[in-house]
Amino acid sequence: MTFRNLLILIAGLMAILVLTLLAFRLPVADSLGLLAEGAFGDKFGVHRTIVKATPLLLVALGLILSWRAGMFNVGGDGQLLCGAMASASAYAIFHDLSPPLLQALILVSGILGGAAFALIPAALYARRGVNVVIGTILLNFVAIALMRWAVRGPLQEPSGAIPQSEPLAKAVLFTRLDPQSDLHVGVILPFLFALALYVWLSFTVSGFRLRLVGSNPNAARVARIDVSRTQALALVFSGAFCGLAGAVEYLGVSGYLFDGFSPNFGFLAIPVALLGGLHPIGVLASGVYFGALMAGSKRLEALGAAPSALVFVMQGVGVLGYVALQWVTRPRTREADTA
Amino acid sequence: MNEVLGITAAALSLGTPLVIAAAGEVVLERSGVLNIGLEGTMLSSAFAAFYVSHVTGSPWLGVLAAIFVALCVSGLTGLFALGLGADQVVVGTGMNLLCLGATGSLFFTGFARGGELLSVPVVPSTAGRIPVNGLMLFAPLLVLAAWWLLWRTRWGLAVRAAGEDPVSCAAAGHFPLRLRWQALGFAAVCAGMAGAYLSVAQTGSFAENMTAGRGFVVIAAVTFGRWTPLGSAGACLLISAAYGVQYLAKARELPIPPQLFDALPYMLALAVLIGAGRGKAGPAALAQPFEAGR
Repeated sequence: MTFRNLLILIAGLMAILVLTLLAFRLPVADSLGLLAEGAFGDKFGVHRTIVKATPLLLVALGLILSWRAGMFNVGGDGQLLCGAMASASAYAIFHDLSPPLLQALILVSGILGGAAFALIPAALYARRGVNVVIGTILLNFVAIALMRWAVRGPLQEPSGAIPQSEPLAKAVLFTRLDPQSDLHVGVILPFLFALALYVWLSFTVSGFRLRLVGSNPNAARVARIDVSRTQALALVFSGAFCGLAGAVEYLGVSGYLFDGFSPNFGFLAIPVALLGGLHPIGVLASGVYFGALMAGSKRLEALGAAPSALVFVMQGVGVLGYVALQWVTRPRTREADTA
Repeated sequence: MNEVLGITAAALSLGTPLVIAAAGEVVLERSGVLNIGLEGTMLSSAFAAFYVSHVTGSPWLGVLAAIFVALCVSGLTGLFALGLGADQVVVGTGMNLLCLGATGSLFFTGFARGGELLSVPVVPSTAGRIPVNGLMLFAPLLVLAAWWLLWRTRWGLAVRAAGEDPVSCAAAGHFPLRLRWQALGFAAVCAGMAGAYLSVAQTGSFAENMTAGRGFVVIAAVTFGRWTPLGSAGACLLISAAYGVQYLAKARELPIPPQLFDALPYMLALAVLIGAGRGKAGPAALAQPFEAGR
């Protein structure tokens, strides 16, 4: 992403924000003030923004990984849920271990759970040529059903009264960085992983292979890269990120599983990934932008607006605006081969 | 016997909007367009039908408004996905979020603040064990129309060619983009009626995100039905019957987790895809942009 495009993007996002407020007949200056206050006004706002941005960022990093390889993973939700279920299973089995060890185990289980669930569409694509978009959509439904079953069956809390899993012991929950707010130690993870993903994509041979496979599969084939194997692996690693997001939500925010554990993070992260230019560092900015909107929009209720709906509108218009921007600034010879 | 009737009634009542939308989606996917934005199209239509039925008191005007809105939403989708040749998955995702937010905001500011649930006039329906409402009658007609268009007309042959190999289709003197626009129009009419069904036939009301994933269910059903109109309609009815069986399993306290029935249709759809074999799992150019003159 060039500097010029970045400026256009920031200006565009601000324009979308203002236009959406205008379209819903909200007073622009007051609304912007309330939004900023809710998102950054005090330490609680800042913390809320970062906590809201965390799952979006982790899933978006996963999406970048697969989309850069030409694999349209729209199954982030399913992979996140499976990661969370694997985490809760690890807790149920190993709950006697010491908290730090248990936390590590829960995180690793989440990563493996997400990766394992992404392995299904990846294998179907590589071996049977099954369309990745359709495969991952189908598996989202399977994961949602699995979650509904798990919190009423094997993972249900011992009393069996409520459809949710046993809450994590306090010592196992992520440490709160501020005892007064929800800011947990897991919020550092997206930043670390973004940096790692950036370095890997930009400066390693395997990262280059992945980008080559996504941007020009024919050239990759000529260079004797196994295209479908690389793409399948990218999808599995993408699932690992989504699974990690599930584990971090579990350890840092909710502490237990329930039916609505994921408010569609898999789809909400798509605008984050796109507006971040499918770039690990760019995503940090767009993730914090949307996290701030989600954290700040609650204040707009005072003006009679539906807060979450407004954020959805801005995300949708953001995606379409991004598409239009891509078209305007497109290179004149471009071949895209995507799954 | 009662239970069979109950499941049939549930399958028809829950399945009709899926069948109607699938009739359009199967034609659209055959032309090479994967409309991820179907969910948002149906949701906007549901709101339009609800709103117009509330204002005018006529559910049929509501249905017309729903079709009009579906055409507008699909027009915007087409503008980006066909006009600009942008990625269909990206455009569809954006449309879904936009429609979810717009209907949510409009409903919230216009209706939800009073707190009471608003009922609007619904299309007429027969009484009895298996009630049939006016919109249900359109379902078999649209499925047959999709079948006839795809397999019995020259246009259908060209549409299928546009979805398999748009370059050859263009070389044969057709216009793949124009065919895709036409398929999108047919799919929009279907999606509009499907959305209207939810608000002015099934519930007589509206709720935020009332489609609740049905658009994606339809995409799954079209896959399950192996991109044939009759197969897709059958898949839709099977999925909705599975919901009915679920209640039965719960009532009889069968030792099967009812959630299995939630997941079963999608696992079957995957099994169909696996069984289809390499290269035969769907139109070859599905979800691939086509740029005229290249």
